[in-house]
Amino acid sequence: MASLLDVRDLTIAFPSATPVRNLSFSLAPAETLAIVGESGSGKSLTALALMRLLPGTARIVSGRVRLRDDELLALPEIEMRRRRGRDIAMIFQEPMTSLNPVLTIGRQVTEVLQVHRGLSKAQARREAAELLDLVRIPNPERCLDDHPHRLSGGMRQRVMIAIAAACRPKILIADEPTTALDVTIQAQVLELLDRLRRELSLSLLLITHDLGLVGQWADRVVVMYAGRKVEEAPPGILFERPLHPYTHGLLAASPRLHENLHYRSARLSEIPGNIASATTQAGCPFAPRCPNRLALCRTNVPHERDAAIGRRVACHVDLTEPSRGLPHDAAVSY
Amino acid sequence: MTLLSVTDLKTTYRVGTAPVHAVDGVSLDIAPGETVGLVGESGCGKSTLGKTILRLVEPSAGRIAFDGVDLTTLPQQRLRAYRRRLQMVFQDPFASLNPRQTIGDILLAPLDVHRVGSRADRRQRVSAILSQVGLPEDAVARYPHEFSGGQRQRIGIARALVLGPDLIICDEPVSALDLSVQAQILNLLADIKRDLKLSLLFISHDLSVVRYLSDRVLVMYLGRIVEAGSHEQIWKRPLHPYTRALIDAVPDPARRRYAAPLPGDLPDPRNATKGCRFQPRCPLATELCKQQSPELRSARSGQRVACHHAEIIAVSDPT
Repeated sequence: MASLLDVRDLTIAFPSATPVRNLSFSLAPAETLAIVGESGSGKSLTALALMRLLPGTARIVSGRVRLRDDELLALPEIEMRRRRGRDIAMIFQEPMTSLNPVLTIGRQVTEVLQVHRGLSKAQARREAAELLDLVRIPNPERCLDDHPHRLSGGMRQRVMIAIAAACRPKILIADEPTTALDVTIQAQVLELLDRLRRELSLSLLLITHDLGLVGQWADRVVVMYAGRKVEEAPPGILFERPLHPYTHGLLAASPRLHENLHYRSARLSEIPGNIASATTQAGCPFAPRCPNRLALCRTNVPHERDAAIGRRVACHVDLTEPSRGLPHDAAVSY
Repeated sequence: MTLLSVTDLKTTYRVGTAPVHAVDGVSLDIAPGETVGLVGESGCGKSTLGKTILRLVEPSAGRIAFDGVDLTTLPQQRLRAYRRRLQMVFQDPFASLNPRQTIGDILLAPLDVHRVGSRADRRQRVSAILSQVGLPEDAVARYPHEFSGGQRQRIGIARALVLGPDLIICDEPVSALDLSVQAQILNLLADIKRDLKLSLLFISHDLSVVRYLSDRVLVMYLGRIVEAGSHEQIWKRPLHPYTRALIDAVPDPARRRYAAPLPGDLPDPRNATKGCRFQPRCPLATELCKQQSPELRSARSGQRVACHHAEIIAVSDPT
C-alpha cells in the first residue's frame, strides 16, 4: 500500500544531546501504527517533530517528513499552520492541561472550525455539537457551555479528540492518550479512537509506553530505545517472537503477559541497569544492558535490516533462530 | 493469627460543608508474612485507607489493631513506638525524598528519631540497608537528584526498612516507573519480603502487578471493598462485575474478555447513592441494586463479594 506519511532518517538534536537518531517509518492510510518506548526513548519528540512543534532549542538535523507529495519540513510556517489540524492533528497525554480552563468547551471546539473551515459562529456551534456527539459525550449542547473543570478526565480527553477530529485530518497523532486516565476509562477512549479511525478513515499514530495496549489496537509497532528504532513488526509476531533483546526483555519483564507467575514461586525477568541516556555513546545504545552483547556492539551502531516479511530489526546478533526470543523461558524459577 | 486487623474503618474528609466518606466501612486482616494487594481506581479511597492505617490521616470510626494493640485510641506519643514497626513506601520517588538531604541523612533520620543504638551502629545499619536494596555504598554522601527513578524508589524502600518494620504499606510503588525498571523493584520487594518475613499491604491500580505480588487481593470501589479472595480466585474467577471490568481493562491481546468496556465515569463520592455504588455502571444492575447496598458476603471457598448478582456470574463462568 502506498504510504500516506513517510519519515526518513529523522535526527533531532538539542545543543547537548541527540534524542532521536536516524528514525525512519511510514504510515499507510487508515492504519494504526504504534511507537512504543520508555521515557527518554524519543517517541514524544518524534511526534512533535511531525507537527513541527518542537521546543525552540531543538533542531532537526536531518531527515524528511513527506505527507503524500509534500515535504512538511520544507513548508513555510504559515502553510504548516494551515496543515495542522487539517492534515495532521494531535492529542496529548494530559487532558487536564491541554484545554484552556477559562474558556468554555464550545469556544475551544468552535475555534478550530472557524479558523480552519471558515464557518460562521452559528454553523460552528452546530457542528461542534455534532462533534461532541461523535465522540459520545452525553448531552453535547449543554457540554458546549461548560468549562473544562466540570468534566472528568475521560470526558476531557473526548473533547480533545473532538477538537482534533474537527477538520477531518488524514493523520491523528495520539501521544499517550490514556496514560493519565483510569484503567476502565482507558478502554473507552481507545475504542473511540479506533472507531474514528474507521469512520473517518484516518491514520492513527499511537505513541505509548504500554506494550499491552499496542497488542490490542495497533496494526504495526515500532519499538524505540534511546532515540533509535530497534525493531518493527506487527504486534502478534512481535509478542510471540521478539527479535531485539530490548523488546524481548520488555515483554519478559511485564507481569501482564505472564499470568502464571507469582512472587512465591518465580521472579520476574529484569532488564539490568537503567535507560541509557541518548547522549554521545558509541555503538548500540542498548549494549550496556544487553545479555547478548558482542565486542562489536560497543563500537558499531547496528543498522536496521529486514528480518522477515514486514519485520525489521537493528541488532548485530541474529536472533531469528527459534530457540531464542521467546519471553516465556526468560522467567526463571528458584 | 493476624498482625494487622482493621475493623469497619471509616475516614471522612470535609469538602466545604459536605462530608466525603473516602473510606466507608472497610475491614481487613493481614497475617505475618502475608502480602495483601489492594486494587482500585483513582478516588476509590485506597491511598486514604493506607494512610489511615498508619494514622497519618485520622479515622472517623472503626478500629485498627496492630499486634493486638488498638492504634486508634493510642496517644501520638505512644503511637511512635508502633510506627517503627509499620512503615510506608510512597508512589512518587521524586516528591517523597527531600532534595536537600543526602541519602545518608534521609536514612539516618528514622534511626535518630527512634534513638536506635550508637552513632556507629546507625551508620552501620544504613550501609547494610543500602546493600540490601542494591544501592552502592557511596550513595550515602549523594543527593536524590543524582539517582534515576528506580534507584530513588530503592531509597524509599531502604527508608521504610531501616527501622526493621513488621509491615510495610506500599502505595503504588511502581506506577511512576518505566516497565523495565518496574520488574527490578517488584523483585526487590519480593526478595526483602521473603528474607525479612515482612507483611505487605500493596496498593495499586494495576491488577496484573497486584496479582503477581499478592497472596490475597482486595478490590475497592468508592470507599468499600467489593471483592476479596486469593490472587488466583480474583484473577481467574472474579465474581464482582467491577473486578471483571478491571481485568478486562488490562490490555492483553491473548486473553479472553468478559464484556465491552465499562460505560460511564467513576461517580463523585460526594453524591453517594442509596443502593449499590457500582450500580450506575453495572451491566447486571436491577431494581434491587438501586434500592439496597449489597454487603460483603462469602461466596465460595474464602472468596467474598459485595454483589446481589454474584451467582449469575458464578454460573456463567466458562471455566
